[in-house]
Amino acid sequence: MTVQSEGVQTHSPSSGSAGGPKAPVLKRQRSGSGAGRLSKATPYLLLLPATLATLVLLGYPAVKIVLISFQKLNMFELIQHTTVWNGFQNYTDQLTSGEFWHTAERSVFFTLANVVLIMVVGSLVGLLLNRLGKRMRLFLSVALILAWAMPVVAATTVYQWLFDSQFGVADWFLSAFGWHSMAHYNWFSTQLSTFAVITLLIVWMSIPFVALTMYAALTTIPGELYEAARMDGAGMWKSFRFVTFPALKPFFLGTTFLEVIWIFKAFTQVLAVNQGGPDRLTETLPVYSFVEGVGNQHYGVGAAIAVLTILILLALTAYYLRIILKQEDEL
Amino acid sequence: MRRSLFGRTWPNAVAVVLFVFFVFPVYWMVATSFKKDTDIISTTPVFLPLNGTLQHFTRAFHSQGFWTLVLDSITVTSCSVVFSLIIALLAAFAVTRMRFKGRKAFLLVIMIAQMAPWEVMVIAVYMIVRDSNMLNSLVPLTAFYMMMVLPFTILTLRGFIAAVPKELEESAMVDGCSRRQAFVKVVLPLLAPGLMATSLFGFITAWNEYPLVLVLNKESAQTLPLWLTQFQTNFGDDWGATMAASTVFALPILVVFFILQRKAVGGLTAGAVKG
Repeated sequence: MTVQSEGVQTHSPSSGSAGGPKAPVLKRQRSGSGAGRLSKATPYLLLLPATLATLVLLGYPAVKIVLISFQKLNMFELIQHTTVWNGFQNYTDQLTSGEFWHTAERSVFFTLANVVLIMVVGSLVGLLLNRLGKRMRLFLSVALILAWAMPVVAATTVYQWLFDSQFGVADWFLSAFGWHSMAHYNWFSTQLSTFAVITLLIVWMSIPFVALTMYAALTTIPGELYEAARMDGAGMWKSFRFVTFPALKPFFLGTTFLEVIWIFKAFTQVLAVNQGGPDRLTETLPVYSFVEGVGNQHYGVGAAIAVLTILILLALTAYYLRIILKQEDEL
Repeated sequence: MRRSLFGRTWPNAVAVVLFVFFVFPVYWMVATSFKKDTDIISTTPVFLPLNGTLQHFTRAFHSQGFWTLVLDSITVTSCSVVFSLIIALLAAFAVTRMRFKGRKAFLLVIMIAQMAPWEVMVIAVYMIVRDSNMLNSLVPLTAFYMMMVLPFTILTLRGFIAAVPKELEESAMVDGCSRRQAFVKVVLPLLAPGLMATSLFGFITAWNEYPLVLVLNKESAQTLPLWLTQFQTNFGDDWGATMAASTVFALPILVVFFILQRKAVGGLTAGAVKG
């Protein structure tokens, strides 16, 4: 069993000439099995706190949510501290209810629309950053970093103010530039317009990450490749298609799936902008689970929705997860 | 390179438009918080509040229990970040510098843990915390925030540790340092920028967290995100005070982000192996 640290392993063969390096090797031999056992255990001791924390603080809640989803756990059971198992009741209730499927469909389309917008616009901004001069690039980066660093709750509050129906600057802007029916428009009165505000907020917050990462990735592509492409007669589109895109494929893949995960489970923005309204029409799955579970105190039902949400998320990201699992050899 | 005047100017023009798009909401938040009430509710927006006022900030600062909330937020955030840094440092060191059975499995678990959908697990966390009689306390909040940032911290620190040349550590050991001494005296100082960068993202996550504190601490030991959303419900259309509250909440993050961002990216050990 070669359970030793790399540092010690590489010592003896690589730097034998110096004379000094022999010392630790000798010491190891002399101190015998005690030290050997200790160094065998060292990595596991180092991993112990992280493993324990993950098991207790993440593993246990993950198991618990599945357990709760098979229980009837309403206000009564909560106060009485009783456990009432009801089998697949919560699941069959959800899977046969129109509301669940509507919410699921809404969540998927909402995620899709946001991710497409973020990836397309974010990549374009990244390409632009690469093309700008030094000073303009810094100028734009500052703006991107500001939007990126803005705390979610603060951003949500600001967007509510921007789209306020009475004194909101968005309505004023639209009406001042000719769309007069938008003066004092109440954005939070319909499903579509509420989603428009939420989408704008999420896209605004998410583009900086994509754009700045894309720019960082672009700088790693050697310029000769573009030169060669230009000599072969490639225009802007073709050099993107045949040089940039292949080089950045891992970036596109990774970022797209990260965004899918982040947006599918986006909670704060959706809940805080309009509390899932009007008429619960902008509830996405995480918000639906929260409103049913914590809000209406049907914890079992909420947990079942949560489990179903996780399953849908797993299905959406299965392709990406498989790639991660396959990467195992390179870890 | 021959490019037309148009070809040279449009990127800059687009950059200016984008600049406005990304900066405006942040600017509008700060600007509104300094405006007089009459300017906030004017039919034509006042874009430059030249004769500003600080009254909105005074109101925010004097709202009930504000300073307790600030203290709670700072405590929870810094404790969770420090704990996760310590735990992650141990794990990241083992994973980058040692070969042992179960190493890959551990990394895979951490990668999956990084994607954990905390937002939909609040019900389970609530039940666990309630059953251990710890609702309305900062302790479970700190523990779970620590867990939220731990996977990311481990994975990032792993990259930073891998970037420190192994030779440095080895030569320290040749000079008579023990493994632990070599780590503390050689590797750790070089990791400082990495630790800063990593803690920055942990800091942001913990400072921002909303769903969990919303469910766990309904009565006391609340943090600023909760205060901000409730502040807005309580004060309704008082946008000046609400924006002042948002500014107060966002400012530490914006400042820390700007300062650390540059340091974090800056050359890690640029000349450390020179000889």
